[in-house]
Amino acid sequence: MQWEAVIGLEVHVQLATKSKIFSGAATAFGAEPNTQACPVDLGLPGVLPVLNEEVVRMAVTFGLAIGAEINPYSVFDRKNYFYPDLPKGYQISQFADPIVGRGHLTIQLEGQPPRRVEITRAHLEEDAGKSLHEAFAGKTGIDLNRAGTPLLEVVSEPDLRSAAEAAAYFRQMHSLVRHLKICDGNLAEGSMRCDANVSVRPRGQTELGERTEIKNVNSFRFLELAINYEIERQIHILDAGGRVERDTRLYDAERNETRSMRSKELSNDYRYFPDPDLLPVHLDEAFIESVRRELPELPGEKQARYQSEFGLSDYDAGFLTQDPDLAGYYEAVAASAGDAKLAANWVMGELSAALNRADLTPDACPLPAASLGTLIRRIQDGTISGKIAKGLFEKLWSAGVDGQTPDVDAIIESEGLTQVSDTGEIAAIIDEIVAANPAQVEQFKTGKEKVLGFFVGQVMKATQGKANPQMVNELLREALARQD
Amino acid sequence: MSDIDIRHLTALAQLKLSEVEAEAVAGDLARIIDMVDQMQAMDTEGVRPLAHPLDTAARLRPDEVTEIVDRDLYQAGAPETEDGLYLVPRVVE
Amino acid sequence: MTVETFSSVTDLAARLEAGEFSSEELTRHYLKRAHSFTGLNAFITIDEDRALSEAEAADALRARGEATRVTGIPIAHKDVFCTKGLLTTCGSKMLGNWVAPYDATVVARLGSAGVVTLGKANMDEFAMGSSNENSHFGAVANPWETDRVPGGSSGGSASLVAAGLAPAATGTDTGGSIRQPAAFCGLTGMKPTYGRVSRYGMVAFASSLDQGGLFAHTAADIALLLPYMAGFDPKDSTSSPTTDDWLDACRREPLAPAEGLTIGLPKEYFDGLGVPAAAVDAARRALESAGFRFREVSLPHTAAAIPAYYIIAGAEASTNLSRYDGVRFGHRCGNPESLDDLYERSRSEGFGTEVKRRILTGTYALSVGYFDAYYLKAQKIRRLIQEDFLAAFADVDLLLTPTTPNVAFEHGAHADDPVTMYQQDIFTVPASLSGLPAVSVPCGFHEGLPLGMQLIGPHFAEQNVLRTAEAYQRLTGWHLEHPEGF
Repeated sequence: MQWEAVIGLEVHVQLATKSKIFSGAATAFGAEPNTQACPVDLGLPGVLPVLNEEVVRMAVTFGLAIGAEINPYSVFDRKNYFYPDLPKGYQISQFADPIVGRGHLTIQLEGQPPRRVEITRAHLEEDAGKSLHEAFAGKTGIDLNRAGTPLLEVVSEPDLRSAAEAAAYFRQMHSLVRHLKICDGNLAEGSMRCDANVSVRPRGQTELGERTEIKNVNSFRFLELAINYEIERQIHILDAGGRVERDTRLYDAERNETRSMRSKELSNDYRYFPDPDLLPVHLDEAFIESVRRELPELPGEKQARYQSEFGLSDYDAGFLTQDPDLAGYYEAVAASAGDAKLAANWVMGELSAALNRADLTPDACPLPAASLGTLIRRIQDGTISGKIAKGLFEKLWSAGVDGQTPDVDAIIESEGLTQVSDTGEIAAIIDEIVAANPAQVEQFKTGKEKVLGFFVGQVMKATQGKANPQMVNELLREALARQD
Repeated sequence: MSDIDIRHLTALAQLKLSEVEAEAVAGDLARIIDMVDQMQAMDTEGVRPLAHPLDTAARLRPDEVTEIVDRDLYQAGAPETEDGLYLVPRVVE
Repeated sequence: MTVETFSSVTDLAARLEAGEFSSEELTRHYLKRAHSFTGLNAFITIDEDRALSEAEAADALRARGEATRVTGIPIAHKDVFCTKGLLTTCGSKMLGNWVAPYDATVVARLGSAGVVTLGKANMDEFAMGSSNENSHFGAVANPWETDRVPGGSSGGSASLVAAGLAPAATGTDTGGSIRQPAAFCGLTGMKPTYGRVSRYGMVAFASSLDQGGLFAHTAADIALLLPYMAGFDPKDSTSSPTTDDWLDACRREPLAPAEGLTIGLPKEYFDGLGVPAAAVDAARRALESAGFRFREVSLPHTAAAIPAYYIIAGAEASTNLSRYDGVRFGHRCGNPESLDDLYERSRSEGFGTEVKRRILTGTYALSVGYFDAYYLKAQKIRRLIQEDFLAAFADVDLLLTPTTPNVAFEHGAHADDPVTMYQQDIFTVPASLSGLPAVSVPCGFHEGLPLGMQLIGPHFAEQNVLRTAEAYQRLTGWHLEHPEGF
């Protein structure tokens, strides 16, 4: 049978506020256990929640960015269940009236047309704490620092049809929330986590198969691997005539498999009802408009602009706009270099490779954009060759890592990297080399074009790479033509 | 309407009752629900629920860190802590 | 120093200001009384050292010329209010050893005005009850007849003020928990408008109903203390930003009696009314003689108030009490074998029968399949009840009703019958559901036990409620009657 996967994602976006959603405790990551949990976060008797206005502004920003309806009236509900990392025995969330209604996000896989993924809703809620199972014999330790951290849960329709699409959606979401500056996007610290609802059905069937939920994935790659595993697992069961059980599963990256969390036998009777400690959030048109005016350029808009303004390909524009810091860096390089396309090549090539090697994000790039821009300008105006430029890049990068900002032109000058473009000087060197290699001259004459490369190499070696390669080519051909 | 599944309710509420207690509480609940069922006779067609007596909008707080956490003080009344963590019997995930 | 047993706050404040005695002397006087009448079981905690050091601080405040009108007045707090460094039990085994690490806003505000905390008053566990028989620390006696209940849930506060162990006490009122014990103990007791007094640090029973208030001998005393306790609190989302010049003026001026208001008599409260009928009618005549006008009004949805109240309060309580899980504070069972065992035994051991009953009622009302029929239905009825009041207040300034259907009952009278017990709240619950301010005022006796009448006003009309009570207390002397033997 031909199976089709149906996937919907719930992405938890940790909002980058200074304080928690309902308390004045700090949200910083990595503090000592329970040192960022105030009485409200601990759910001590008598405490009360008060909503953080920044959380509302960020949710509305997100809603407008995905073209969603912003609900003028939204309500916080209590979701009731017992778990040690849930201090009050309920999570404050939004159930019946979320702040953000229907919207959409466009994804694109390489070589395929863009696809619009519908977003059902996005709602605000508080995060839970952390359970540490390893530290104590027979005990679980509870750290509530994360309790009360603001989350925006974005729920998609089951519109995704492959693990690759799901990963692209997660990536696109990551890019969007970083552009909007509502989330730091730090996946390793759990700033974005994803639950995937996965089912399969015979191709052509409209009704959905029984689904399982993969919880808490915080990597694009693991999401793709986990969903692929789960699709295969379900197909395997169905092909063998079995039934998929509704289940909540965890992805184990070490074994590349999903496994059941042995979900509580108690039905999901969460007894949602409006939290009587909190009043409904009313948003007026004026507020929504003020947020709309502050919206930054969105990744899609930026991608289109790079294509029209800089003449970049769809792919290049997409690559550069994925990360707002990279996009900002690129634009600075392009402005300084005066050649947007060459700037794109360098940022996507050498620079991205260097960042990857150093495991750095673009915002921490040690090489100032102006330095890279100058380097590119010097290639453009023929001062240095492309080959020299690569070496120079490494030099500049290392200097940057050491915290220095060297003057690009001064290095070119002091290290004598200037390209030799003097015809007479190059011609003299060529004549010497041609004379010293009669065998290769013979080969060239018999039509072995490849030998030209040998001569170019010799010239470059003799000039320490500083000869203008275009000029070397021209003059070599002339010189060889003269050998009869 | 008073079809009370006392075991389901105690499970949801994480309460453990002996057989005798459960029977007594179930009886009380049945009488309470019977009393409460007087409501059902009242016509509430088209009435908007009132969740809150003042029926007003939320007031929001500026995004500022205002709390200084005194962990030792807050954990002074905790049944079991170690290295700043609250301890519970091992939870298997 | 001579202090009359049943001195009013107003009187004591004047004598403190005149320098007749210090707060320390006054505090010692009340501490001594509190220790002499422990048989009432009105206090859960008396902290002598703390009270005396607060009294000294109050005297120092006065010496510096920074005293407010209530500086140095000793009071008791219902044990539902968090007091930093002091046991805060809520009348429950669950919090039997819990020392709050912070002060409730009410405690902090009164404290910074120089009010002295004598101790913490007994109460029904988690404020659930109408008799104060549901306290882990034992039942409280009514000073008028010690085999009678003082009412609940703020029974300890009512009992100790009625016995002259403090001139005033705080309480909380969710469905009548200040007004009913005030009526049973012959006191003036007020539940302000929902949102008038901060709920921060007031351990929650039912969040959309709970409201802090006061017990005292007179309306004037309540008006004197209220401004130091009420007001907007940024820590409570449901606290109202409403400001009130009148309330502010109460810090400086004595309460003036109301004049010429129109008062409604809701007929549903008087249909078949037994014991209190004559007393309330006499009160009407007294006020009429002073120029108040009366008119019958109708609050047609009154009968549904008790069912709606027990669903809403139960639903909210069922989840408010989920935090008591034996993990971060409060009672934990011995040697839990598993997480579920920890939860189940800690909660089952820590909570008393009535609390469990309410948690289960609320769980039922919110659970799948019953939510619409119970919780949502109750909320719709809540709106109908509030609309009844709003319609009535279009025609009248206030409403006058009995506070309770009868006088204080004997201990154990309704112990086996929660439903009959719940019916005791019939006259107080509607104003709670609607968030309205209401005061209970002594209005007579039946077989030697006090009776109370209730004045209910529109939202934030505490002024008219208290000023009318003041007018009545200038006409009558019921509030000056006190139990014997204290």
